[in-house]
Amino acid sequence: MAKSDSAVEHATDAPDDVRPGDPGTGIVLADAPVNPGFPPHRPRVTDQDPKKNRSAERTVFTLFYISIAGSIWAVASYLAFPIESGNLADVRMSTMYIGIGSAFALLGIGIGAVHWAKALMSDKEGIDIRHPIHGSDETRQTAIEIFEQANEESGFGRRTLIRNTLIGALVAFPLPAVVLFRGLAPQNQDPVVALSHTMWKQGLRLTKDPSGLPIKASDVTLGSVFHVIPDGLYDAPDMLEEKGKAAVLLMRLDPGDLHPSPGRESWAYNGIVAYSKICTHVGCPVALYEQNTHHLLCPCHQSQFDITHEAEVIFGPASRPLPQLPITIDAEGYLVAQSDFHEPVGPSFWERS
Amino acid sequence: MPKLNAPSTKTARKNRKVGRRHPLATVALIAIGLGLTGGVYAAVNAAPATASADTTSASQQQITEGQKVFEANCASCHGLNAVGSANGPSLIGVGAAAVDFQVGTGRMPMAASGPQAPQKPVQLNDTQIADLAAYVASLAPGPAIPTGPQISTNGDAAQGAELFRINCAMCHNVAGAGGALTEGKYAPPLAGVTPTHIYEAMITGPQNMPVFNDLNLTPAQKSDIITYLTYIQQNPSPGGYALEDLGPVSEGLFLWIFGLGAIVGLAVWITAKSN
Repeated sequence: MAKSDSAVEHATDAPDDVRPGDPGTGIVLADAPVNPGFPPHRPRVTDQDPKKNRSAERTVFTLFYISIAGSIWAVASYLAFPIESGNLADVRMSTMYIGIGSAFALLGIGIGAVHWAKALMSDKEGIDIRHPIHGSDETRQTAIEIFEQANEESGFGRRTLIRNTLIGALVAFPLPAVVLFRGLAPQNQDPVVALSHTMWKQGLRLTKDPSGLPIKASDVTLGSVFHVIPDGLYDAPDMLEEKGKAAVLLMRLDPGDLHPSPGRESWAYNGIVAYSKICTHVGCPVALYEQNTHHLLCPCHQSQFDITHEAEVIFGPASRPLPQLPITIDAEGYLVAQSDFHEPVGPSFWERS
Repeated sequence: MPKLNAPSTKTARKNRKVGRRHPLATVALIAIGLGLTGGVYAAVNAAPATASADTTSASQQQITEGQKVFEANCASCHGLNAVGSANGPSLIGVGAAAVDFQVGTGRMPMAASGPQAPQKPVQLNDTQIADLAAYVASLAPGPAIPTGPQISTNGDAAQGAELFRINCAMCHNVAGAGGALTEGKYAPPLAGVTPTHIYEAMITGPQNMPVFNDLNLTPAQKSDIITYLTYIQQNPSPGGYALEDLGPVSEGLFLWIFGLGAIVGLAVWITAKSN
């Protein structure tokens, strides 16, 4: 072609046997650096010294012997350390000794083979040129003929109804998967509603996790922390989902330490406050409560919440305070919720305003 | 037993004018038997309680000695008469358990002020600690040093493990290996801590640890937790070396350094020319 003044030229323009640069690439730089070729061949000690050669040979077959011994060791360990007693310590012994045997078996083969190749096999340097990606014109012409013949014989281009229904079938095939995945979402209810509400409602008792026993306000002494689940959680049809939303941490502070905003003064009872245990960042359980500083720490990403100031975020990636559960006591003195949380618990989601 | 029963059966005989074959005789016998068993049990059970009452009501001499120890070692921060100062909280009502924990684990007296009083070699001897505990307990009622079944390690380890995961593991790590808190504070590892000190920590809530009173975790549940902590120390991890139980971060770091290091080393060896 008449592009000889250009810095690049198409690989097919150059004769196959004298192409410079890396063979196999479509574009070849005309001013590419010249391949300097191999450095002079340096014979190994195993090529020159027969003693070294025999020594390397011994090393290789010793490694293979070690591999054989490792395999036998693994079989023997399986028989010698059975996991039959139900004792967990037996599992430890069994897996450890079988593992040691298998490690020697595999490493013996691998290291032996590599050492054999490096020290004993011929190390003459040589190049196998990659063949060019671009086929010859003759090959390309043949390929086109094959395609045309296949089209002719199958009627793919001619029988359009068959072709189009096949395309339709292929498009329809992934649809069941989409429907099945949709089935994983909450049924018969709006996911936004499900995410925005929990089990808590007016008069529902706060109970201890895991016993489910109700908590008297007088049980919660200053500096105490209770891990709380709603009463009747274990009877809920989707217990784990409900627990994941409704888990609450109950703490008692000196009422003078609390700084409730207007309208939220009655949400605590005698310094007893209840906050959602679900971090507003990505939903880890926030339960590392420091009794003196009144800070709550999330162990996943170190968000810190100040319980004295309505769990506002004082450090870390969380963007919102933990939602507070308004609580009071019932006629028998047990702690109960005044209502559900006033905002969705946990991390943000798309529809959350 | 027949001799002990004699007076009551005699009374029964007098009143009813019938022998010991009277239908009520069996009832009386069972009642007396149960009463005796209960009485003996109560007496045995009460023994440690009276013993601890003795130590808390301790001799006046012990309290006087304790006050001297207090004034020498503690009063500079906790104030004379333990009312507290700018440097340390009041100790009125913290009880003997708090003293036994703080001083018995070497946390108090503090060597230097810092975010947290670290565990260190115990500074006072056992007599001094007992005197000090008696003195602080004499100031106001507070939790006593736990004894007997409270610190038993014969509880239900599985139940203890569940309670530990819910109430303790977020700070102390699921295997009790400890963990970091905010601003230099930390939850200490629990390996090697005595059952008494674990129990005392739960009822007194030392430093930033919350209080777990007997209505939150019953004494039996506390004993279950102690049983679990003892169990995991006595039973090695079935999975092999546990890397200090620090969890996925330390395990990942180990694999990154040693696993990838070994792979890189092998790759270098395979491609290096043999001499």
